[in-house]
Amino acid sequence: MDLELAPEHAAFRSAVRELAQGVVRPLAAEVDRDHRFPAEAVAAAAAAGLMGVLIPREYGGAGMDALAFALCIEELAQACASTSVIVDVHTSVGSEPILLFGDEDQKRRWLPNLASGELLGAFALTEPASGSDAASLKATARRGGTGYILNGTKVFITNVGRAGLYVVFARTGPDERAAGVSAFLVPAESPGLRVGQVFQKMGLNGSPTGELVLEDVEVPGANRLGAEGQGFTVAMRALDSGRIGISGQALGIAQAALEEARDLMVERGHEQGDDFLLADMATRLESARLLAYHAAWLCSRGRSFTRQASMAKLHCTDTAMQIALDALQVAGEPGAVSGSPFERHVRDAKALQIYEGSNQIQRVVIARELLR
Amino acid sequence: MDFEFSDEQIAIRETIRELVQDRVAPRAAEIDQTAEYPKDIEKLFAENGILGIPFPEQYGGISGSSVTICMGIEEIAKACASSSLILAVQALGSYPILVAGSEEQKKRLCPPLASGEKVAAYALSETGSGSDAAAMKTRAKRYGNEYVLNGTKQFITHGSIAGTLVVFAQTDPEADHRGISAFVLERETSPWLAPKLEHKLGIRGSPTAQIVFEDVKVPAANRLGEEGAGFKIALAVLDRSRPGIGAQALGIAEGAFDYALNYVKERQQFGQPISTFQGIQFMLADIATQIEAARHLVYRAATKVDGKAPDLTKIAAMAKLFASDMAMRVTTDCVQLLGGYGYISDYPVERMMRDAKITQIYEGTNQIQRVVVARALLR
Repeated sequence: MDLELAPEHAAFRSAVRELAQGVVRPLAAEVDRDHRFPAEAVAAAAAAGLMGVLIPREYGGAGMDALAFALCIEELAQACASTSVIVDVHTSVGSEPILLFGDEDQKRRWLPNLASGELLGAFALTEPASGSDAASLKATARRGGTGYILNGTKVFITNVGRAGLYVVFARTGPDERAAGVSAFLVPAESPGLRVGQVFQKMGLNGSPTGELVLEDVEVPGANRLGAEGQGFTVAMRALDSGRIGISGQALGIAQAALEEARDLMVERGHEQGDDFLLADMATRLESARLLAYHAAWLCSRGRSFTRQASMAKLHCTDTAMQIALDALQVAGEPGAVSGSPFERHVRDAKALQIYEGSNQIQRVVIARELLR
Repeated sequence: MDFEFSDEQIAIRETIRELVQDRVAPRAAEIDQTAEYPKDIEKLFAENGILGIPFPEQYGGISGSSVTICMGIEEIAKACASSSLILAVQALGSYPILVAGSEEQKKRLCPPLASGEKVAAYALSETGSGSDAAAMKTRAKRYGNEYVLNGTKQFITHGSIAGTLVVFAQTDPEADHRGISAFVLERETSPWLAPKLEHKLGIRGSPTAQIVFEDVKVPAANRLGEEGAGFKIALAVLDRSRPGIGAQALGIAEGAFDYALNYVKERQQFGQPISTFQGIQFMLADIATQIEAARHLVYRAATKVDGKAPDLTKIAAMAKLFASDMAMRVTTDCVQLLGGYGYISDYPVERMMRDAKITQIYEGTNQIQRVVVARALLR
């Protein structure tokens, strides 16, 4: 048993931290205030190779493992939660499905540009009437043109309007549940594909979230990812490792809130009531961190990690929410004023309990595994 | 990183699991009801080398690794928290010798503990000195080559049955905590009195004694470290023993959850197993997640002990705090999952809930753990 990071992981974390604290963090407040895409931060991450952490070297990536991915997102989130979710969605659910389910041609065609960050990835599963119940999605892909014609409306799509490539899930077969779903790689410039409403949100303001509308979008047969009817499997597997990324994001937000509360206490003085709160925050964060790393460790060894990823996502994001709220409580009224990092962390953290499978869905997944 | 136990540790765990299943689990309810120390289980552990786990081979043991100690405590506590203290307190009472003893002391004092020939205990608390350990009144005065001890110690686990007792006493009362020294008492040559055993809420099979020293003579050769080093030794020992209490809490919670999980699959209401109801399922998911989070923290602390990490104090306190609070919540929820059956003694979970409570209190209350963690953070 060795629960310390290996030297290569520790070195990678330090490198990401330097970039995150130096380049990304100074933008965080402004990105949030102005609701603007942190293009410089994403460009810096791309220049440092962080858009291809999970992509093998032969396809132009860094060829690192799930633990490195979690560390990368954790460090970025500690600096700026918006930047971290952009990179997270790109890296995990936006690119990894190609890695896991793509054929050789698809890998050679798409992965190098995703790895370099030239192409930003996104994942289009959710629909207005299909959230937690993903298997009930309504978007259709019927045979036609050079392959398929896609129609439907996707919603809550992270990186919408910025992405160059969307992994889109649509119904190819008569089966009305999971078995009728297939996955497609749809370039942003495809005729008939347009961005619908981009939402105003309570947090993660630098990360665009909105509707993706598909009207008779022609997608070549070569862009179908996996077999017909395999789409739901693609989605679920992508979300399993996506949950490792979200766990990392939660750890980063929580760490930032904890450190800011601590620094404030040191600066202004503190009594035992706040000391105890701080101790509980730090203890809970420490317990969450290892849960996330364990899921990543299992994933990188090719072992089953569904339950552990759900546990990590559940505990890390509930922890981040609690720590963000507690840190704001320590900060008091000044912390609640717009522009303060304390109130931003609260707004950012809330999304994490909801997306990539709400925490209620995580409990469903965990209970299912327990009761098998 | 590597989250797995070594092959050797897994082999030890299998041995313990088998013994616990065959010999300890069937005794657990009776041990609790009669509140009698299970001498038979102590012998069982001694004969099978389990009490040698806290000691390196050169002192007659089989490991000395904190990870292995925690693993053993966790396995035993799944079935019987009282029995898990036989290993946990053997470790606690031996740490002062292993941490601060001279080579001669370790070679002389450890082998009978490692073989299980003698039981160890650790005497720090007094009636007026609990969280504030430095306020102790027990006095050790030096006369030539020996010390004479006078005073009373409170809440001493295994104090009545121990053959070897580590005692903290003032050698220089003027010097406050810098006047505390540590001594190893051997019952044959330095007999102490144990006039009173406590009646307790939980861990009822583990005797908790008040101990009295009336002019008890201890050879100077049995002082650990220098005069005045006792307080430092006590704190260093607690850093090492707290992960073990975390492991005990973890085991108690796992034992209760294991039982409750099987129960909800069997229990039929409204024509279906209650495990089919989402309200129950969400409780199960939360319990399993909390146990898993605590497990990682406990073993992280144990690896910090083994690696002599600089942040050991903080992580050990976190592990004890988180795991014991978790165990209290989880065992309470497990009683809830069994409903009325959970509340009666025919089922094991009410015992586990009672056993869990002490893990929030001893080896430094969880309020003291928060003080320790906050101090480390705010330094």
